[in-house]
Amino acid sequence: MNALTTSAAGLRRAARNHIRTPRLETPFHERLAALSEVNDWYSWAGYKAPHSLFDGELEYFAIRSTAALFDISPMVKYRITGPDAERYLNRLTLRDVRKLAVGRVQYTAWCDDHGHVLDDGTLFRLGEADFRLCCQERHLPWLLDSAFGFSVDIREETEEIAGLALQGPTSYAVLRDAGFAGVEALKPFAVVSFQHEGGEVTISRTGFTGDLGYELFVPRAKALSLWDRLWSAGELHAIRAIGYGALNQARIEAGFIVANTDFVTAEGALRADRERMPDEIGLDWLVDPDKPNFNGRKAILDARRNQTLKYILVGLEIEGNIPAEHAIVYHRKKHEAGIVTAGIWSPTTKRNIAIASLERPYGSKFTEDLWVEIYAMRELQYQKLMKRAKIVPRPFVKLARRTATPPGLK
Amino acid sequence: MQKYDALIVGGGHNGLVTACYLQRAGLNVLVVEKNGWVGGAATSRELTPGFLYSNCSYVCSLFRPEIMRDLELPRHGLQVISYEGGAVFTRDGDYLASYRDHDSHRREFARYSKRDAEAYERYARDVTRQCRFIQPLLMRTAPDPFGFRPRDISELLYLAKKFGEFSPHEMAETLRFWTMSISDFLDEYFETDVIKAYLALSGIIGTALGPMSPGTAYVLLHHYMGEVDGSVGAWGYARGGMGAVTQALSRSFLASGGTIRTDAEVAKVLTRGGRATGVVLANGDELRAGLVVSNADVKRTFLKLVDEEALPGDFVHRVKHFKTRGSSGKVNIALDSLPEFPALGENSTCMRGDMHFTDSVERMERAYDDWKAGRWSADPFLDMMIPTLLDPTMTSPGKHFMSCFVQYCPPKVEGRDWTDADRDAFAETVIGQISDYSPGFRDRIVHMEVRTPREIEAEVGLTEGNIFQGELTFDQLLFNRPVPGYAQYRSPIHGLYMCGSSTHPGGGVMGAPGRNAAAEILRDLKRSSGEMSKAHDVV
Repeated sequence: MNALTTSAAGLRRAARNHIRTPRLETPFHERLAALSEVNDWYSWAGYKAPHSLFDGELEYFAIRSTAALFDISPMVKYRITGPDAERYLNRLTLRDVRKLAVGRVQYTAWCDDHGHVLDDGTLFRLGEADFRLCCQERHLPWLLDSAFGFSVDIREETEEIAGLALQGPTSYAVLRDAGFAGVEALKPFAVVSFQHEGGEVTISRTGFTGDLGYELFVPRAKALSLWDRLWSAGELHAIRAIGYGALNQARIEAGFIVANTDFVTAEGALRADRERMPDEIGLDWLVDPDKPNFNGRKAILDARRNQTLKYILVGLEIEGNIPAEHAIVYHRKKHEAGIVTAGIWSPTTKRNIAIASLERPYGSKFTEDLWVEIYAMRELQYQKLMKRAKIVPRPFVKLARRTATPPGLK
Repeated sequence: MQKYDALIVGGGHNGLVTACYLQRAGLNVLVVEKNGWVGGAATSRELTPGFLYSNCSYVCSLFRPEIMRDLELPRHGLQVISYEGGAVFTRDGDYLASYRDHDSHRREFARYSKRDAEAYERYARDVTRQCRFIQPLLMRTAPDPFGFRPRDISELLYLAKKFGEFSPHEMAETLRFWTMSISDFLDEYFETDVIKAYLALSGIIGTALGPMSPGTAYVLLHHYMGEVDGSVGAWGYARGGMGAVTQALSRSFLASGGTIRTDAEVAKVLTRGGRATGVVLANGDELRAGLVVSNADVKRTFLKLVDEEALPGDFVHRVKHFKTRGSSGKVNIALDSLPEFPALGENSTCMRGDMHFTDSVERMERAYDDWKAGRWSADPFLDMMIPTLLDPTMTSPGKHFMSCFVQYCPPKVEGRDWTDADRDAFAETVIGQISDYSPGFRDRIVHMEVRTPREIEAEVGLTEGNIFQGELTFDQLLFNRPVPGYAQYRSPIHGLYMCGSSTHPGGGVMGAPGRNAAAEILRDLKRSSGEMSKAHDVV
């Protein structure tokens, strides 16, 4: 390599051709493309990602009955290291990071000074002073600015690290047969490293499906060999690759929210009134008022004390079988109470379920006599349906196999 | 002698917009234009055979869609097409490109700084929030806070309500935005020189201020609040050049029964007993009208066309001190082949958008230093475009029209008038800069039109060559534009109105001043403005 290509300017110049591929291919694209029967791609944060690969409905049953492999490489990833990493992240996020042991994962969220949620995500503690933060949106300026006064190093590593979610009842069996010995000891939210082809793969017992499942992160160069390792071990366990359509059904059943789908992130909101506090999107349980000061603490606790919280996120069970996505929620069929942000017919519970954002006091004080107005387009005519909705706890689907340790083989 | 209900002085885009609305409301309207063509600063002229130039303004975004629809401009031939791309060339042989695709845009910024790439989201969000506040104000007459009339009070309440929808935090942001420098504003988001230079350009274009001068952040906003087909902040080309805008307006006006008289320069506005009665042309013809509307800038109107004795002294004083300092020039170039920019590589989309050569804010500020000393910038910044890559109507296939907006360029050279030799030296500065990045550029040139503030004032009539008919600084906006107490298109002379860019909401080919002026005139005449759409909702 000559001096030019190794200099910063040389590297910068070498990157110019990105415009020829405005939709980047993930490290697993070669395998996904070979498996794709329907060529149904969408853009996930600028990456080509499958909406479905062969049949969304059948892909869903791979999650709930066998093993499903889902490419999560486009997820935004930051690596946070250094002597103050724990203290820094404790100031940044809502939960107590001091309680996050090495080899554990926290689902968490972080807020701006006004207590508005910037994003939610998962925080992996890979070492005493080594963390990985995974999320939907990009936050590098926020993370860097928040590091003022802390001795930490923050690096965006989205493109360097490939990610896979392996989810479903036979997912453990796949890992075992792929030779990841000892993975049976992983409890939910635990993470451990394995050697793979001279590189390191981290496997965590985490996921977005509410089922038994794992997430694997590996350096980009080892991505395809990791895929192949799982795929050949998975053949006997009916492994299938899936797209987002199937995953989305499973995540709604599991009651998980998606940034900029079920709530608008604070830095993305054009309209100031769309910003939400943790308590307004069902994340109140993440807030730890007993830990040292964290960003948004005062605003959140003030809002609680002064009862100025404006919204609430609820799970709904709706009569009938027509999905209510984006339907308006009414109180007594008359007063507008909110909007359904995600809704499906749940194949596992055989119920019509939804996640909804309601304007308090609906959902907090007025929890009865709620209705949704569904506009069902049927052969170029809307059938307007007013259906009763009942607030129910999330998750809608709770599976014993998700937490059983050691995990089952099927 | 025929007497018209209304006489419009000057056939620029705003004059024609006012004329169209008044004619459609049932008035008998005459437009008089000093040139042999209409259009003002929105013209397309064929100065050399086979090439049409956008002689002054060159891109379209701000022109209000409500006006296009009301006046049926698409039916009269107006098409505005979005363009893509753009780039700033850097001195080390690289460039910073601008891409329409969101993720490509981010990756391009990330070549320079990952932080800046991700900061752009918040920057765009903050600017858009400010635009959403201002947009509804464009198509409303600014309230006179000291008028105490019920309508002024209700308009003030409207403004207060819009403002009141902001959180205290956002209000503070707005006040900062309206007063700070574009350089300081960008420093709060970005660390990379070339990225800041790319974004700062909109803050100083057409403005006799440097990127480090307070007030320039608002100028940036002014350039972001346009749209193409609802895509806020997007810019496009008028097919056939910017003259297509005024050609469509003039066809619409004629179709509704209006009259246009070209080669008819107004020498004086006639007044009797404090009331405008018509105009006298340079050739001595007198034209009578019930009311006179001036599309000329406020200085030209009240310091040249109206006798000073007819005006209150304080008003004249204010007009004299309304800032219309010229800061820019224009070089239009006919090319017999497409220029090459080796830095961009083959088939780059960047060529289809704005190209700049100024890669740091510091260089822009130094360019401004020259202007302060009364010289054109030795190292100017160019906003360079090749519309013929997207518009096949302006020349024949393979040939191209290149538009170069050039800043800074003073109204006088070191205190004296421009000479032809100055003009040629100015052009050479521009061509020299382009040639540094485009080998063989000179050999492609078929013809050039070089316009310094001298040419712009002489032909278009813009005082000191100021393209906005008055600078867009906070002291000259809203109820202060152009003169406190006269911000509602009326003047001290009964029956004499203003409709040009000197009035709220200011310059750019927007049409809003012309439309708002028509609304006020019809209100005075107690006529319905039924054909005038309200501003589109910002939802």
